[in-house]
Amino acid sequence: MKKRFLDLDKILDNRIRLSMLSILMIEDMVGFKEIKASLELTDGNLASHVKALEKAEYITVYKSFVGKKPHTEFKITPLGKKAFNDHLKKLESLISQHRK
Amino acid sequence: MTDYIQDLATIRGIMEKRTKFISLSGLSGILAGIYALIGAYLAYRTIYFSDNTIYSAYRNGIWSPEIIKLLVIGFSVLILASLTGLILSMRKAKKLGQNFWNPSALRMISSFLVPLTAGGIFVMILIWRGQATYVAPALLLFYGVAVYTAGNFTFSDVKTLGILEIILGLLAALYPGKGLLFWTIGFGGLHILYGAIMYFKYER
Repeated sequence: MKKRFLDLDKILDNRIRLSMLSILMIEDMVGFKEIKASLELTDGNLASHVKALEKAEYITVYKSFVGKKPHTEFKITPLGKKAFNDHLKKLESLISQHRK
Repeated sequence: MTDYIQDLATIRGIMEKRTKFISLSGLSGILAGIYALIGAYLAYRTIYFSDNTIYSAYRNGIWSPEIIKLLVIGFSVLILASLTGLILSMRKAKKLGQNFWNPSALRMISSFLVPLTAGGIFVMILIWRGQATYVAPALLLFYGVAVYTAGNFTFSDVKTLGILEIILGLLAALYPGKGLLFWTIGFGGLHILYGAIMYFKYER
């Protein structure tokens, strides 16, 4: 069992969601298909993580149509950026404390 | 705890893959160097073994057969080396499962082409103005700058190659008339050395 640290952001204490935000930290708008391919996820799996991130208001979901095909894209929100950076800082301090 | 260390490693991997172009082929560096050596040999023969010396050729007008021949050699090397680099890097991208035309590849290519195009035009102006002595240093300098800036988007070793080319360009400017020698070291020797290092460091 993974030992839980109380002050860690529960939403980001998950490698897939953390990976999704890492991608969105670098690129402005990234499509559903691209994230799916680069993280090697299934549609359903990615959709559930998207829902969690959207509910926390860490990302904004943009839906549009390219021809007749639906096209979904994501963008990180300022809140999401802050959460990501805070989470990274916590991970770093946890690790450095552990090493002492 | 190992979970968190793994988390950080994952983030790092994703960021590197997204911001760096890691499909650049080392083998293509070696081949580019070989093309340059062949080009240098052909240029050497054109300059030193033709009936006209390059300087008398100049008096016969700027676009004498010798100058045209040197330009053709230069451009052929450039085009062959670029094509080889493109094809081998695309192959490597496929092998790594990376999209070749990712944003960092596009940024790398544009930051390479802008200084290089400026240098190419500048060199044509030099030839046109009869300043052929400074063609080799200018080519090496602009090429070095192009490689250095492109190096920001790929392996950092590429930046070292850029700096070495810049130094060679400056040295070539100090020793006018030895242009072909510096050209051979810069485009031939350095590329083969760099390509071999990259190949053994990252592709084996």
